[in-house]
Amino acid sequence: MLDLAIKAIRLAQEKGATDAECTIAEGNEFSASVRLRELETLKEAGSRAAGLRILLGKRVGSSYTSDLSSEGIAQMVKSALEIADISTEDPFADLPDPSELGSLPGDFGLYHEDVATLETQYKIDRALAAEEAALSFDPRITNSEGGSFSSNTGARYFANSRGFAGSYRSTSCSLSVVSVAQQNGSMERDYWYTLARGNAGLEQPEHVGCKAAERTLRRLGARKIATQNAPIIFEPRIAQGLLGSIFDAIDGESIYRKSSFLADKLGQRVASENVTIVDDGTLPGLFGSSPFDDEGVPSRRTVVIDRGVLVSYLLNSYTARKLGMKTTGNASRGITGNASVGHGNFYLEKGEMPPEQIIRSISKGLYVTELIGSGVNIVTGDYSRGAVGLWIENGEIAYPVSEVTIAANLRDMLMNIERIGSDLEFRGSTASPTLLIGEMTISGQ
Amino acid sequence: MSAGGEYADLYFEYIATSNISIDESIVKSAVQGVSLGVGVRVLSGERTGYAYSDDLSPERIRKAARTAALIARGPAKIEKTGFEESRKRNLYPVLTAPTETSLSDRVELVKRADRAGRAYDPRVFQVQATYVDNLRQVMVATTDGTISFDRQPMTRLSVSVLARESEGVPQRGFAGGGGRVGLEFFVNDKTPEYFAGDAARQAIVQLDAVAAPAGEMTVVLGPGWPGILLHEAVGHGLEADFNRKGVSAFSGRMGQQVASPLCTVIDDGTIQNRRGSLNVDDEGVPTQRNVLIENGILRSYLSDKLSSRLLKNSVTGNGRRESYQHIPMPRMTNTFMLSGESDPADIVKSVSRGLYCTTFGGGQVDITSGNFVFSATEAYLIEDGKLTRPVRGASLIGNGPEALKYVSMVGNDLKLDEGIGICGKEGQSVPVGVGIPTLKIDKMTVGGTA
Repeated sequence: MLDLAIKAIRLAQEKGATDAECTIAEGNEFSASVRLRELETLKEAGSRAAGLRILLGKRVGSSYTSDLSSEGIAQMVKSALEIADISTEDPFADLPDPSELGSLPGDFGLYHEDVATLETQYKIDRALAAEEAALSFDPRITNSEGGSFSSNTGARYFANSRGFAGSYRSTSCSLSVVSVAQQNGSMERDYWYTLARGNAGLEQPEHVGCKAAERTLRRLGARKIATQNAPIIFEPRIAQGLLGSIFDAIDGESIYRKSSFLADKLGQRVASENVTIVDDGTLPGLFGSSPFDDEGVPSRRTVVIDRGVLVSYLLNSYTARKLGMKTTGNASRGITGNASVGHGNFYLEKGEMPPEQIIRSISKGLYVTELIGSGVNIVTGDYSRGAVGLWIENGEIAYPVSEVTIAANLRDMLMNIERIGSDLEFRGSTASPTLLIGEMTISGQ
Repeated sequence: MSAGGEYADLYFEYIATSNISIDESIVKSAVQGVSLGVGVRVLSGERTGYAYSDDLSPERIRKAARTAALIARGPAKIEKTGFEESRKRNLYPVLTAPTETSLSDRVELVKRADRAGRAYDPRVFQVQATYVDNLRQVMVATTDGTISFDRQPMTRLSVSVLARESEGVPQRGFAGGGGRVGLEFFVNDKTPEYFAGDAARQAIVQLDAVAAPAGEMTVVLGPGWPGILLHEAVGHGLEADFNRKGVSAFSGRMGQQVASPLCTVIDDGTIQNRRGSLNVDDEGVPTQRNVLIENGILRSYLSDKLSSRLLKNSVTGNGRRESYQHIPMPRMTNTFMLSGESDPADIVKSVSRGLYCTTFGGGQVDITSGNFVFSATEAYLIEDGKLTRPVRGASLIGNGPEALKYVSMVGNDLKLDEGIGICGKEGQSVPVGVGIPTLKIDKMTVGGTA
């Protein structure tokens, strides 16, 4: 496949491209879903596709195809050249400098043979066991949207006309359960999941099922509360989403376009002093790790916020050129087009307080367990989302809450992170421990 | 089918796409490409087996079919069938699909949007415009004995604008539209200048916006895109898969009052050239006009073949999938509320204190509890029957089976959205449309800070 990528680049150069880069991705997916103790869905398939980006001087063209025959590749080259012809010259269009290209040694634990060899029946049984654990957990668990086991294997090949050629394989698997509980005519659902590069890294099915059931049960009897300002605790699963919004705000593209509330804030205090946020694409076995980014630059560790001070943005080569900086090895793309900026493992460093103690530390407030809606504006920092959670009174969990919103400005939320939990855990490529935010507006009755 | 499946279908798909965007007045990025493949599905009771291939050779299709059939059990239940082509119609008579026009004509659209956005006001400092089109050609063959072919063009132009007072906080405006239309739509109907002007206008309005209020109040939704309310509050909850499984807040409520008697909600996949329309759905079933809620009474779910087999209801033409790599499921098409009798101006006049919302970002619903959220991006305070100050973005939250019971006035001005909606469900995205007339909702929670 790497040879095919190099062949596409050579062909593009023969046809007049001054530079070219080609990505080929292959993947196989499997999923088994069960519901109410019966197999419901089996899905299994594989696909592959190639993408090409070429430069014609300072003009760029991109194309892709799922047809990897010689004709398919020739057509892809022709399409990219056609596109470059209608593009405008962009003085910053380029590939990374050859001195920046490279691949880190080692396999980073991204590929686990066990995922590729798991038997179908084994995977169905794991899903059944997880759902069973939820269904038999409590009589109020009356229904289920099922248990599901999925596994993926993939490979990514990348080459460019400046001499880079590299590839890596990866695997992932996950197990999840969505349970439904009913009491006094109200119905609630919640879920739990486990996700790992290898099967051995997954939580046990019984744990996943029980956790889903517990999370669902604690939502029963939820009330709407009065509109007020109060402290807010984000559980790790919710704080993880907040990290996603912070990433959007330090992504080099939002910075050069000045479409982020953190634009032009480098070197300034943007968060409370206990906050350190790191991007690390080199942590073994995690979902944000890779030997090189999507334009052939080695992955690395970058401190983004150091004890409250914004010390670095995350950049690919284009945004680095626009800002007069160096790439941080954060190029990301599907298989074609100009690279955007992506993160490696983007996380908030853990603090010292166990989460139970954070709950005990407030006299009243909302412990948030789910957020819905898209009300995050990175340009202004305005934040307003639908929330579900548990009301805390005198340091104890009092009752469940739903149908409220929580709102503030991200700028203030970051400055008001008062406590950070000791419970950092990676579940995907962003992660955060439990966070206590001093005050937000809860809108309810 | 020899493995014991009760139903099977093959879905062949070929998609040609182009995507052109302008940023800083430079056409920095454009992509064109093709993808093709086939999906094979086998149903057996409640079970679904699915496999796909991007290689259309007979041996690979047979391999996919064997994989999909692993789900089935027992002896063959169906005889070999011949295929009859389903009834033909064309809801999107586009002579030249956009993908078949010259690239330079399409590039001109984003350049015009860029110029118009910048010319709108000196406070505009960033314009990004993206034009996307695709031509999807599908063939669905089913063991019901039907075979359908469809050619589905789609275009979408969107514009994002940033504006600011000197050194002030920037504000964003966003607008766009399109549908199953040709390029002439952007010449004759909605021009790049129209969308760019609207995006710029929103950004400028936001410069003077104050913090949104917090708490329960009367909310008036303007006509068109705010119809996303229906999509989140009732649409998803009426999808038959959730109701078959009994996990929707609307489960078991057929025939009951779920909205004020002023509300009649329709899902219609047959409206000409609309973004959510289809001649046949992705299971080869012709789309139709379905009355979901009639004068406040729940009348119908949105169904696909699997759910209609299990619920013993008729199919409604709502079986849709993102691509050949995905299993079809019940999805909305164009979802809207019929006009009522009120003059929109009278609706605003009747409110002493409330919020008037005209543009929304996204929304989301928890179909089990019924709680939904949608985020206003352009809204104004109503004070003593008059629109006063614009407010900053805020989410609105409500409960599906309850929210529409508070609808107290319905305008006579039904409008469908501009053609920009994308609906996500279980990881699959499909294009949809929404629409409402001006609506007054007596009680809804607004999630601001003031």
